[in-house]
Amino acid sequence: MIQSKSMARWLAMGLIAGVTALSAAPASAQSTLDTVKKRGKILCGVSPVAPGFSYADDKGVRRGFDVDICRAVSAAVFADPDKVEYVPLNTNVRFQAVQSGEVDILSRQNTWSFTRDASLGLDFGPVVFYDGQGLMAPAKLNVKSASELQGAAICLLPGTTTLQNLEDFFRPKNIKYESVVFENSDEWRNAFFTGRCDAITTDRSDLASVRAIANDPSQYVVLPETISKEPLAPTIRQNDPNWRDILNWSVYTLIGAEEKGITQANVDEFLKSEDPEVQRMLGVNGDFGKMLGLDNKWAYNIVKSLGNYAEVFDRNLGPKTRLGLTRGPNELWTKGGLLYAPPFR
Amino acid sequence: MRVDALGGTRLLYNLRFRAILYQVLAVGGIVLLGLYLFSNVSQKLAEQNIATGFGYLSREAGFVISQTLIDYKPTNTYGRAILAGIVNTVWVSAWSVVLATIIGLFVGIARLSRNPLLAFLAFLYVEALRNVPLLLYLFLWYALIVTSLPTVREAWEILPHVFLSNSGLTVPSLMWTSAHSMILAALILGGVLGVFIHRRATAQRITSGKSRRTWPLVAMALLIPPALALLIVQPDFTISLPEKGRFRLAGGSQLTPEFTALLLGLSLSASAGIAEIVRSGILSVRKGQWEAARALGLKDGLTMRLVVLPQALRVIIPPLTSSYLSLFKNSSLAIAIGYPDLVMVSNTTMNQTGQAIEGIAIFMLVYLGLSIAISLFMNWYNSRVALKER
Repeated sequence: MIQSKSMARWLAMGLIAGVTALSAAPASAQSTLDTVKKRGKILCGVSPVAPGFSYADDKGVRRGFDVDICRAVSAAVFADPDKVEYVPLNTNVRFQAVQSGEVDILSRQNTWSFTRDASLGLDFGPVVFYDGQGLMAPAKLNVKSASELQGAAICLLPGTTTLQNLEDFFRPKNIKYESVVFENSDEWRNAFFTGRCDAITTDRSDLASVRAIANDPSQYVVLPETISKEPLAPTIRQNDPNWRDILNWSVYTLIGAEEKGITQANVDEFLKSEDPEVQRMLGVNGDFGKMLGLDNKWAYNIVKSLGNYAEVFDRNLGPKTRLGLTRGPNELWTKGGLLYAPPFR
Repeated sequence: MRVDALGGTRLLYNLRFRAILYQVLAVGGIVLLGLYLFSNVSQKLAEQNIATGFGYLSREAGFVISQTLIDYKPTNTYGRAILAGIVNTVWVSAWSVVLATIIGLFVGIARLSRNPLLAFLAFLYVEALRNVPLLLYLFLWYALIVTSLPTVREAWEILPHVFLSNSGLTVPSLMWTSAHSMILAALILGGVLGVFIHRRATAQRITSGKSRRTWPLVAMALLIPPALALLIVQPDFTISLPEKGRFRLAGGSQLTPEFTALLLGLSLSASAGIAEIVRSGILSVRKGQWEAARALGLKDGLTMRLVVLPQALRVIIPPLTSSYLSLFKNSSLAIAIGYPDLVMVSNTTMNQTGQAIEGIAIFMLVYLGLSIAISLFMNWYNSRVALKER
């Protein structure tokens, strides 16, 4: 009796050890593209609520600029922009979610920075939005410049580069300020609107959405200084060069299409274009899709379902939206901006 | 179990040996599992090029913490920033424990009052506070403070130089220097000396039966050390008065709304639980004790203080320890309303360095260590008040 009991105990222990060993075995043997194809959808990490970038519309459908980046990749892989499952992530867990394989792409207003690129096991795709940190204050305080904020209280969110940028900007100017840090963005905005803080700081694109939420947006002014560089770029794991190429060239397709004047409406006419680069891009000529492990129509599918960069920008962030952003640095290089797609050659 | 009789020669059948063997194997198994998990995690992180180790603690933090008790500047290290967070956590928890205990004690006694109105109010208080999640109360208190009080530019001057606004209560403060710390130390020394003299006098009175006047001695013990210290160090008593600046009040000391809301939330919610613990403790004391005390001519208040509460303490202390522990751990909700506690500082650190596993390990260790310290202290206190059988 005693012996069989202890046998059972050993078996149980062996089983537990075996299961732990199995579950800890490397999961990265398969390429991301294979995994995604097998699963039938892309897992995309996005902001829970960020007007213009990622939000659920009145029908519960997720929309926004960041969302469209994932949809572009989905169009390239599946010829259908809607094979995406969105995973809302807050700033604290977003990079861990990519590292652990919980999402395939993180498209969430992430700033591309050295330490993130070099020490987190992550790779960044092309910059999709050139942003910079700004400050906003109530108009009645009559603040003209961030350098006047001596002694002010400033509301901010943790878990971003915001806090360090603020310190880097104010320290050389010897400006002392009080920081009030909130985990929750509703509390953060309310603290600013109720006057707990004299100024609020975050990326300029985000300031635009805070202002859009205010009861009377005209009561708040965005100060002229841009105190940091915030190149926002989608993020993926470091171990899959092919997946990185797919992401890169999906974004470059959006930019390249704008350069060539290809839009959602006229993409079919462009199939007959004489321009050899357009022919290679849209899969009329050459095997560009195959080189990525995709269908040759991949880029055509992106433009057909989403349009080019300008269309994506205007639809989500442009002057006609509540955010009302202008292109600024997010204009094509030919028009004085920073957007540039490498040649499809 | 006659196992021994079957084969004394075979060690495996020895009952004691087997008992020890199982324990050794179980401990060994757990240690191995732990080691395996640890090495697995380190290997995975290395494979994915994710930085590991605690080296980042000595790098410059580069972010501000709005309220700290210890000296902290953005040029200090991450390690120092985390320490400042720990001190903030302990500070708010300690005040909450004190407040919660005092309120809990009174409400617990009021629950048993013979005045029906008072008992009912205490009942309402307890039920309202303990049946709503603490996080919601934190939002409520914070929203109440921030929305109902005027902004700092229209701050109410409730007393001369005392301002109340939605940025907190600002009061005049002394410019603190090391000289002031010395005087404070002298004051404490005087206090300790005074208590010591008083105790000795009481002991003497009990043994000899003669009572002497001791208060002049006690007063001297209290006054002479600080007076001497004053003469020696001669500090400046500069008062910093709050003045309205362009944005904020400059000078003075500030009680921030974040701290206040957290203190209120933690201590009120915990006090409801403590009130129930106190009530159960009082009810555990037999009716005969009350009757005996009244028969001796003690009034209700005195009966409670001298007879019932000391006995009730034995029942109260163990669950009280758990209340203190959960209060301490609940202080981690601070981040929701912007009080810079350990969790907030760690979160910022983790985000800037990306080293989440180390960050979480640190704050788990800190919470674990401090919680164990609290329970050790409470267990010690419990054994002091426990019934001593002589």
